[in-house]
Amino acid sequence: MLNQLTIAELTAKLARREVSAREATQACLDQIARVDGKIHAFISHDATDALAQADAADRAMASGATHAQQPLLGVPIAVKDVLAVKNQPLNCGSKILGQFISPYDATAVEKMKAAGAIVFGRLNMDEFAMGSSTENSAFGLTRNPWDLTRIPGGSSGGSAAAVAADEAIATLGTDTGGSIRQPAALCGCVGLKPTYGRVSRYGLVAFASSLDQIGPFTKDVQDCATMLNVIGGHDLRDSTSVAQPVPDYTTGLTGNIKGLRLGLPKEYMIGGLDPEVKAAVDAAVKQLQSLGARVEEISLPHTEYAAATYYIIAPAEASANLARFDGIRYGARVDGADPLELYSRTRGAGFGPEVKRRIILGTYVLSSGYHDAYYVRAQKVRTLIRQDFLKAFERVDAIVTPTTPTAAFKIGEKSGDPLQMYLSDVFTISCNLAGICGVSLPCGFTKSPKLPIGLQLLGKPFGEETMLQLAHAYEQSTNWHQEKPAIPN
Amino acid sequence: MAASDFNVKYVAHLARIQLSPEEEQKLGTQLGHILGFMEKLNALEVSHVEPTAHAVPTVNVTRADETRPSLPHDEAMRNAPKQANGLFIVPKIVE
Repeated sequence: MLNQLTIAELTAKLARREVSAREATQACLDQIARVDGKIHAFISHDATDALAQADAADRAMASGATHAQQPLLGVPIAVKDVLAVKNQPLNCGSKILGQFISPYDATAVEKMKAAGAIVFGRLNMDEFAMGSSTENSAFGLTRNPWDLTRIPGGSSGGSAAAVAADEAIATLGTDTGGSIRQPAALCGCVGLKPTYGRVSRYGLVAFASSLDQIGPFTKDVQDCATMLNVIGGHDLRDSTSVAQPVPDYTTGLTGNIKGLRLGLPKEYMIGGLDPEVKAAVDAAVKQLQSLGARVEEISLPHTEYAAATYYIIAPAEASANLARFDGIRYGARVDGADPLELYSRTRGAGFGPEVKRRIILGTYVLSSGYHDAYYVRAQKVRTLIRQDFLKAFERVDAIVTPTTPTAAFKIGEKSGDPLQMYLSDVFTISCNLAGICGVSLPCGFTKSPKLPIGLQLLGKPFGEETMLQLAHAYEQSTNWHQEKPAIPN
Repeated sequence: MAASDFNVKYVAHLARIQLSPEEEQKLGTQLGHILGFMEKLNALEVSHVEPTAHAVPTVNVTRADETRPSLPHDEAMRNAPKQANGLFIVPKIVE
């Protein structure tokens, strides 16, 4: 089935003219028709437009375009509903954007189109990327392809579920505190959060601007590297993107990791960690050692403060960023007698409970009298967390941890208790605060029910090459990434 | 820090979000718990630590002052909830 192929497999077949882009796209559309009624990874998709793009890719190949020039030529890739794709709807999983249609492409999307990708579909997410379960979407929840009674993770739950269920060859998501790596772990795919500044945020609807990054979901590490090759790079339209050259991230994927040094933070192996997750990660560390990596225990002493720090900084930035949704220039509007009434009615009706909770929290920690006590203090602790990592990276090339403390939890299990939900991100949020890169990849399954477990590798700032080299070597020495969920018809 | 004096009604007003009485009650309780959790940060001595606003330090990013293509007016207005003559329509602001 063409929809099950990786980018590398599909582009090889396309290059040999064994299959057409139209056939590959149709296979994804057929899979969506077959399973998405149950999974609901997609909020919407335009099949006619996807097939038209596929035909254009087939014509380009017929007139000599190659994958050397356009590495994603003819590959169907779906995107999270927080990224602007010209002339497609953009809702951020929220009611407040109404009938919004994007007037332009996000830079990451523009780069994928230039690389020949068929960019289609709007993938479900927690409203404004605020959540860890994709239960906070105004468009209904997404289910985990491995167990339809469980959450796919979040906030990029649709992006992870679509790859796991073979509804797209790859997808894009965003990660502010784990929103790529956590759902990738829970759905059994590869998910990368690049270093802050590696990928332009232009055309990404901002949640927390100092933490947000765009990244890929793929079926294996090589595809992940291919995607980063395409979307990475400096962009004049995002002043926080960094002018570091983009290497070819696939060239380091040799399988050779001899002598690379891996740090095992002792603070990540404590209370609340599920025994099956711990066993899988311990086995993965042994496997990495047997491949030649040197493993040593390290300390990230401020780990226990990361969640409190994150849930001050991220809502503070969100409260400022989301001020733009006021019913004046775009989106839904609820009328009022004066602008103030219009704003508060529009925002009261348009935002869901988690978004309201975080805007109010963020407004409070920035308000007069509390700014220093909460926001500035959290920014100072952020410095300490970042220093922990920079110090550790003087000794090791990458850090290895579980991605999540447990496998996918049940729908509804944590949705009534926001603080419990926040703590499910405990292993992923430090990476965003420190601005480093991280990747999650499959490292095993729980026994009953059978649910994916994720291994997280954290790399130095702009250290994606080495991090992906380690991830690839581990992946290729195991079969976890080849397992597929059995989705009932 | 004093989470006990957290007034959800007042902060919701600052945030320009209308809440129902039920929402006020529920959010007030939940945010009380969350702010209690934040107290954890008081355990750290940070008086000599510089705050981090951005993980990648960048200073004064500027570009050449050149005219470049931008969104056409009608494209920029395309998603307006109410418009006329190429302008956004809003409630009366000044009497």
